[in-house]
Amino acid sequence: MPLSDYPHVLLAHGGGGRLTQRLIEQLFVPSFDNAHLSERHDGAVLDVGGRRLAFSTDSFVVKPLFFPGGDIGSLAVHGTVNDLAMCGAKPLALAAGLILEEGLPMADLRRIVASMTSAAKGVGVPIVTGDTKVVDRGKGDGVFVNVTGVGLVREGIEISPRRARPGDVVLVSGEIAVHGIAIMSVREGLRFDTELVSDSAPLDVLVEGVLAAAGERVHVLRDPTRGGVASTLNEIAEQAKVGIRLEEMRIPVSEEVRGACEILGLDPLYVANEGKCLVIVAPEAADAALAALKSHTLGRSAARIGEVVPDHPGKVVMRSRIGGLRVVDLLTGEQLPRIC
Amino acid sequence: MRFVDEYRSEEAVRKFAAAIRKTVTRPWTLMEICGGQTHTLIRFGIDEMLPPSVTMVHGPGCPVCVTPLEMIDRALALAARPDVILTSFGDMLRVPGSKTDLLSLKAKGADVRMVYSPLDAVALAKTHPEKEVVFFAVGFETTAPANATAVWLAKRTGIRNFSLLVSHVLVPPAMEAILGSPANRVQGFLAAGHVCTVMGYREYEPIAAKHRIPVVVTGFEPLDLMQGIRMTLLALEEGRVGVENQYARSVTRDGNVKAQEVLREVFEVCDRPWRGIGVIPRSGWRLREEYAEHDAVKRFDVGAITAEEPSACIAGEILQGLKKPGACAAFGTECTPEKPLGAPMVSSEGACAAYYSYGRGI
Repeated sequence: MPLSDYPHVLLAHGGGGRLTQRLIEQLFVPSFDNAHLSERHDGAVLDVGGRRLAFSTDSFVVKPLFFPGGDIGSLAVHGTVNDLAMCGAKPLALAAGLILEEGLPMADLRRIVASMTSAAKGVGVPIVTGDTKVVDRGKGDGVFVNVTGVGLVREGIEISPRRARPGDVVLVSGEIAVHGIAIMSVREGLRFDTELVSDSAPLDVLVEGVLAAAGERVHVLRDPTRGGVASTLNEIAEQAKVGIRLEEMRIPVSEEVRGACEILGLDPLYVANEGKCLVIVAPEAADAALAALKSHTLGRSAARIGEVVPDHPGKVVMRSRIGGLRVVDLLTGEQLPRIC
Repeated sequence: MRFVDEYRSEEAVRKFAAAIRKTVTRPWTLMEICGGQTHTLIRFGIDEMLPPSVTMVHGPGCPVCVTPLEMIDRALALAARPDVILTSFGDMLRVPGSKTDLLSLKAKGADVRMVYSPLDAVALAKTHPEKEVVFFAVGFETTAPANATAVWLAKRTGIRNFSLLVSHVLVPPAMEAILGSPANRVQGFLAAGHVCTVMGYREYEPIAAKHRIPVVVTGFEPLDLMQGIRMTLLALEEGRVGVENQYARSVTRDGNVKAQEVLREVFEVCDRPWRGIGVIPRSGWRLREEYAEHDAVKRFDVGAITAEEPSACIAGEILQGLKKPGACAAFGTECTPEKPLGAPMVSSEGACAAYYSYGRGI
């Protein structure tokens, strides 16, 4: 369905599924029209005097602002650091834009800023510039945070979704769907008891390890945030014009997340992650890359979950737990809990 | 994960698949009633493990799918009122009416909220006394007890700004309608385990006897379905009719008697239109007169609402098991989950949506 058929923006346009893709493909890419944007990666890589500068931005609108395992401040810093890391870059500096709602408790703002400070210190990247705006009460959800970052792409590294090729191995750095379920468990109207906390974390060091171990044989890095592993792999399959085949049994999902997903009728493959990455790597370097992931605290549960295949280009297919095959498609909008 | 993995074991499923191959000596057509079962069949690829002589056709048990277009338009008309907070389960919000859907209305300023339980909607009514909170109550016997409890609670506790827009439907009359059709090809049923958890399976016994068919109450995990299919095929091969219970870990013959009491107290049986099928006599529930104050249909005058289904859609034939999604010319082209022409493409549990999402027939 063409974008022009939607007279209004829906939440699903930001859900990371088919409608988000369409917004990018049918509005942003043709309008802004340039080679960097057409790459459709987590950030752009610019040539600056012989060095390659990674450049990325991300806005955060999470509700609630404070959630188990983090808050909007640390999430925003980690998010942009991770986008840079997924370009194969070492983050250099960040810029923060805060849109505050009139009436936000100053104590909340302090808490968020303190959390941004400590997250940025944790990765050793300074927040060097910023901007503040305040909107009328009722016109924002407390705080919206934008973080933009730049980083230097490591020598000899070339990461792009288009580089996925048949034979490559798909790795995931740990248990999936944790962030999305942790957030859902504290969302108004859907609260449930769980010990889950968000996996929000900076992946720069983890990725550095993988790149040190497998170097240029790492073809694609992506952090499967909104839309989850399924949406990210679909995007890669489409951009590289390859098929991806997953093994359901090999995808690490914790007991708590599986339980919550069963009850809510959700598929963990489509649930957001904030501290996980997908690594697509040449087969001969797969073991080294996996070992590098596993040697880092954030990658202990890393696993080999599938491979890139020449068949069914643009599609992700999964061998189910009991041996059947199914397509793992893009969702139209966000996943919604089912009736029964 | 305990109590889930046991029912998704590849080895056990393969054993049942082998047993089924040994059982079957001629072609049979079975129908699984519930959309949740259809979803499992397609998601895990169970139908592809069955011998080619066994055909699974997909039944009408997808609550979102069979909710008539007029009822959705009525919900949309209610949601558009500035005094109303319209609440429902997540997958109902996306269902398109004739012109728009609830999420699009929300984008234009309507107060539409997803709840996980109708009791949350009652709580919302309590905290928003200045608003009218309407819960869009759809579904089969499975979801009905919670909805009945919500309205019962609202009446008892004097929460007068809470009402239900009821579109409840019942499984046995739909089975009768399918079996009574001259075009029927269903020879055995997998009855819906969750529905029977509430209602028991006594009411299926006269249907099985009258139409001389086996009915097996079946669960929703891959192994449940494999076993349910095997039990049905075994009964067919041996010429047995009657009701058997595969889902004994949840279902008893009498069902949940307490839940049935609340249902009787709050609801009464009525004729109900099914999307894609038409009116089936005595196939639904509506609120009793004593609960009229909490009945959104009586409480709000939204004028006469009529709606027409797109002519390209063969939903009626799909929902009665007469055709499979791939047999529709509009499937996957004119009709997709994003822009569904008809009922079974609407909900994730609908047969067309399951085929589409899991890449069948494309």
